[in-house]
Amino acid sequence: MNYFFVLTLTGVAAGMIYAALALALVLVWRATRVVNFAQGAMAMTTTYIALAVIQLTGNYWFGFIVALAAGLLLGAVAERGVVRWVENGPPLNAVILTLGLLLILEAVVPMIWGAQIRSFPAPFSIAAMQVGAAFIPVSPFNLFTVGVVLLVMVALLVLFRFTGLGLSMRAAAFAPEIARLLGVRVGRLLTFGWGLATMAGALAGMLVAPTLLLYPNNMDAILVYGFTAAVLGGLDSPIGALVGGLSMGLALSFIGGYLGPDLETAGALAILIAILMLRPQGLFVHAAERRV
Amino acid sequence: MLGVGFLLVAALVVWAIDPFDPFLVYQLSSVCYFAIGAAGLTVLTGLNGQLSLGHGALMGIGAYTTAVVLKAHTDLNPALVMGTATLVTAVASIIVGAAAARLRGPYLAGATLGLAVGLPGVAVRFSNIFGGDAGTSIPALVPPDALSSIAPEVWLTWIGLIPTVITFVLLANLVRTRYGRDFRAIREDEVASALNGIRVARTQVLAFVLSGACAGLAGSLLGYTSNLAAPGSFPLTLSLLLLAAVVIGGLGTLPGAVWGALVVVFVPSWISSLNDTVHLPSAVRDQLPLALFGAVFVVAMLAFPHGIQGGVVRLWQFRASRRRPGAQEQAADL
Repeated sequence: MNYFFVLTLTGVAAGMIYAALALALVLVWRATRVVNFAQGAMAMTTTYIALAVIQLTGNYWFGFIVALAAGLLLGAVAERGVVRWVENGPPLNAVILTLGLLLILEAVVPMIWGAQIRSFPAPFSIAAMQVGAAFIPVSPFNLFTVGVVLLVMVALLVLFRFTGLGLSMRAAAFAPEIARLLGVRVGRLLTFGWGLATMAGALAGMLVAPTLLLYPNNMDAILVYGFTAAVLGGLDSPIGALVGGLSMGLALSFIGGYLGPDLETAGALAILIAILMLRPQGLFVHAAERRV
Repeated sequence: MLGVGFLLVAALVVWAIDPFDPFLVYQLSSVCYFAIGAAGLTVLTGLNGQLSLGHGALMGIGAYTTAVVLKAHTDLNPALVMGTATLVTAVASIIVGAAAARLRGPYLAGATLGLAVGLPGVAVRFSNIFGGDAGTSIPALVPPDALSSIAPEVWLTWIGLIPTVITFVLLANLVRTRYGRDFRAIREDEVASALNGIRVARTQVLAFVLSGACAGLAGSLLGYTSNLAAPGSFPLTLSLLLLAAVVIGGLGTLPGAVWGALVVVFVPSWISSLNDTVHLPSAVRDQLPLALFGAVFVVAMLAFPHGIQGGVVRLWQFRASRRRPGAQEQAADL
């Protein structure tokens, strides 16, 4: 099998995971103009909860559902509990606050479950599939990853475009004053937006763990990739998050494959800086935000 | 004045060092490098308004430079080694700073986060130079023959105090010059600063390079203290601990950097010494300091919605208004 082809396929599968985390960052940014640096730590936390449930019940799908529900709850609690009070303050404060959440989660999780590296079950095999005599470098779990992230993307698209709830959420995010005058419960919808975002993050956490294992800061690098993907897509656009995630997945797969796997994060940094220098508004935002 | 104060404090510390408690001595060296790093970061974040999550990685550059230089010239003068480490990190900071000067708020935080997470991987990749995961060892500092009665740990702390005092004296003087005023002006209003003839981008890069140089010096000292430069010594947590020291001490205040460094070094060991009276599971004991520092971030931002700087300004205005009746309304407007 052609090495380039292999790297492309693994890049797509990894890119879908980055897209899920980028989506979480984008949803939070759209709702509250905050970049949630604790997004990765939150996903790590919900994945640990999922592991506990899976070990208790012996059923992967119970854990999967609980992780998503825990994400919804964790995001909503974080927004209503602490983030609400810094949403309209200086951006530096919001950043430091979410970093505080990151530190707390990455300290509390090993207090409960220990800091050792754990393996994580996958619902489908993570070994390459065999078709006839040939191996194709795609595992059933990769297919599951691509499918479930696409499903979430479509579900969100339907939610935002075609439902009353989605319209209210967009209104609450883009014109909170006017929306409030029209009777939209803005605060409640922002809380829901954070919950939804953290659910997408929780999905990313579940998809990362079987191949990259689970430990208290296993999402740190994924957060950087997801942030880069989100910035690439304009930080404001869910479709941009998907395209950004896929581009990052491919780019990092090639960097890792041709230059060495340890350079992936440094490569992400180089890409991020290049985007921010050349096209800081991202590739998928039409109306550039006015910045002084 | 300030410089004399720092020297007096340093002299007191040297006098108070108990050479028979090697752990305390080791902690004091740690305070030195945390204080240097936090001082650099507080100038950048507190005075110039640029947040960096990459200073832990910049400390890594300083430590690795120290290791590489010492591998080539084993008995090079520590002052020269630290100077080289500072210079190399400053040069690296020019690249990061040039990018950072165009970034704001969360974008800057994200880019420097990438630096913190990505740089250790570079050290692993080029393992023939940097020693891979195991890192490169740094020979311990030994006192000269004439002073051989001094234990090496104590000598290290004495040596560590010298760059600390120099850094604080230089920074304390610098923030009072035109550059310090330019830093603050840009933090308050970039457009107004530009209209007043301040070269905004250039000044921001300067602040970043200055701050990065401090991180490099701190990293070199960290290398001498732990006798090792390894990728695991410079995790994201190190950057966040530096930020914690800055937030605890108060953004933008140099004495605060010292307080913050003391807290960041001594609180964890105080918590582990609690174990004699309160029995905590070791997992809880190890992680409690980080959870506490995280809580400090959250509480500080909730209690001072206008930043710690704003909180200090308010307090100051409140006191001023009590002294001058009639000014109360003016303060209430803020």
